[in-house]
Amino acid sequence: MKFTWFNLMPWPYLPDDFRRQHRSVWVDIPSSLYDPVKGHALYNTYLDELEYAETLGFDGIGVNEHHANGYGLMPSPNIMAATLARRTSDAALVVLGNSIALYNPPIRVAEEFAMLDVISGGRLVAGFPVGTSMDTNYCYGQIPALTREKYQEAHDLILRCWAEDEPFAFNGRYTQLRYANCWPKPIQKNPPIFIPGGGSLETYDFCLDYDYVYCYLSFSGYKRAKQLMDGYWQRVAERGKDLSPYRAGFAQTIVVAESDAEAEREYRSHIDYFYNRCLHVYPGFADAPGYRTIKTLKANVTTQMTRQALGDVSAMSWKQLVDDGYVIAGSPDTVVEKMHELITSLRVGNIFCLIHVGDMPQEKCNRSTKLFAEEVMPRLRNVWPEYADDDRFWIHPLTAPARPARAANGVGA
Amino acid sequence: MSGARIEQRVIEVAGPDDVRFRIRVHQGGNGPDLLFLHGAGGLLQDDPFLAALASHYRVHAPLLPGYGDSEGAEHLRDMLDVTLHAFDVWQALGLEQPLVVGHSMGGMIAAEMAAIAPDAIDRLVLICPAGLWLDSHPVADIFAALPFQLPELLFHDPARHGALLSAGGDLNDPEYLTDFLVGNARRLGMAGKLLFPIPDRGLGRRLYRIRARTSVVWGDADRLIDPVYADEFVRRIPGAGVVRVPAAGHMVPYEQPAQVLAAINGVGVNGVGVDAHAAAQPR
Repeated sequence: MKFTWFNLMPWPYLPDDFRRQHRSVWVDIPSSLYDPVKGHALYNTYLDELEYAETLGFDGIGVNEHHANGYGLMPSPNIMAATLARRTSDAALVVLGNSIALYNPPIRVAEEFAMLDVISGGRLVAGFPVGTSMDTNYCYGQIPALTREKYQEAHDLILRCWAEDEPFAFNGRYTQLRYANCWPKPIQKNPPIFIPGGGSLETYDFCLDYDYVYCYLSFSGYKRAKQLMDGYWQRVAERGKDLSPYRAGFAQTIVVAESDAEAEREYRSHIDYFYNRCLHVYPGFADAPGYRTIKTLKANVTTQMTRQALGDVSAMSWKQLVDDGYVIAGSPDTVVEKMHELITSLRVGNIFCLIHVGDMPQEKCNRSTKLFAEEVMPRLRNVWPEYADDDRFWIHPLTAPARPARAANGVGA
Repeated sequence: MSGARIEQRVIEVAGPDDVRFRIRVHQGGNGPDLLFLHGAGGLLQDDPFLAALASHYRVHAPLLPGYGDSEGAEHLRDMLDVTLHAFDVWQALGLEQPLVVGHSMGGMIAAEMAAIAPDAIDRLVLICPAGLWLDSHPVADIFAALPFQLPELLFHDPARHGALLSAGGDLNDPEYLTDFLVGNARRLGMAGKLLFPIPDRGLGRRLYRIRARTSVVWGDADRLIDPVYADEFVRRIPGAGVVRVPAAGHMVPYEQPAQVLAAINGVGVNGVGVDAHAAAQPR
């Protein structure tokens, strides 16, 4: 199993009445709610937490990209990954990812990912999300019905940039480059590529065409993910591909304490903050018309768009969140049991562990992280012994990388 | 006002990428040819405005790709594609020099056609057209609007006319909403190529080329595109006149069809700038 410690980097100072005062945590949330001085301390805390996770033996540390978002303070995940590249030495840098249709020209992604891979000695996991409608369409103005075509073209350009040894002309519909020429090149000839997906057949096939890792990044937990992941594995089988669990990843909110009761006592308010405050997104931003294919839309149309639904500010309870699997919470034994169920029922080799949750303070986050690393992770390492040697979907770093000079003084340890 | 019967047929139209699309066209009435280009919402069920037009004209109202069962949406990506497609439909219909009328997004397309081919279009009616942007009066974001909010945005009198949008269905009923959202995603997915995120594809820079006799029609209570935009179109289109219609929102052709028809007759028959109040027939 590969465990990546992931930090969404939420803003922890949203007011108590946020949901009543503001229609959305994303897109049109007023930036007056952001305080850059508090933000200074926060970024450093969040980066410390990521670095701490590496010291405990997590396989990867993860960052992602959001825009105008009160629960995701990383418009540029590459800046975060760059700081981590210098302050860590072993963990994969899981950038999940760059919304490649948003970069103009998208060769920028080929270049920056190559830089990260080179600085880190070959530790980059490159994520290529289409991006949410909130980020891609509403915040970054991409035309919904053309987003996927633009994404595909950006993908083709980036891969070719990494593969070609000579400058080439790229005559795309969205990008034209007379001299496409990627300096530097990544250390990993083919960095592992992770694709966040939400259940569309097209994305299953895209991952299988290129042997990319299909990642379901949901906040609604493993029980609700079963049907979607079953659909993925069915497609893998139909395509005659091997069923390596490392073809798939899943994000799960996890909190660990000495006992189940302590988990509730310690983490309940932070879980509540995340699920009932941070995820307050105006449904009109969730799915710009044309963003999803009609086929996908028919399968998962939302009905949260009535006047009644909009007025509903009822909160999800701890019990509901835990019972329904949104959150895996409890003692190490409880968490091992539920994680085992998650891993085997979804058949995943990659877990993106969302252990920092909402407005959780650093000491609680570190305690939960440490318990997971020491009491949970070792007991889940070998769920897939028959695939122990499958290294196709993970990083291949240099065996003797350069070390930053200050690391010798203990910084980053 | 009694309308003539509107019929539908499907024609095949040449398009970009060497593909031929099947396009549904609503047709009816007797009189001079009139090409009607619908707005982002498409035509309505048993469209009452088409029926009104058909009382004076031979109406040809094609459904844009992405609307109804018209094909080819994936081959039309930008303003030029859509504009040339409209000419392709015109050609496939064998029209000579129809009166061109466009509502909202259709008005934007009609204006673009008249700017690109000023000799081809000699009479033009733009009914609250999209296509310009004024920072002082931002066009409302129809893409982020929830279905139940649309009647309020589009009608002067949503209580009276709002149900036109949903053909009698209830936009607060989750089951009906599912169907509506799928259709809406197709329609506005296509419309987004012209209107998202800002409904400005440079039309304003090209309006000076229009030589058609042009009338701009606007509902006084338009909450989607402020009536101040009428002045902007008139200022930029040589010789254009304006007809302002009271007690009408963005869906002015559906709230005040007689007055809009009178304005169209003003261009089609009498000349420009006829006062809608005077020209309206008694109802």
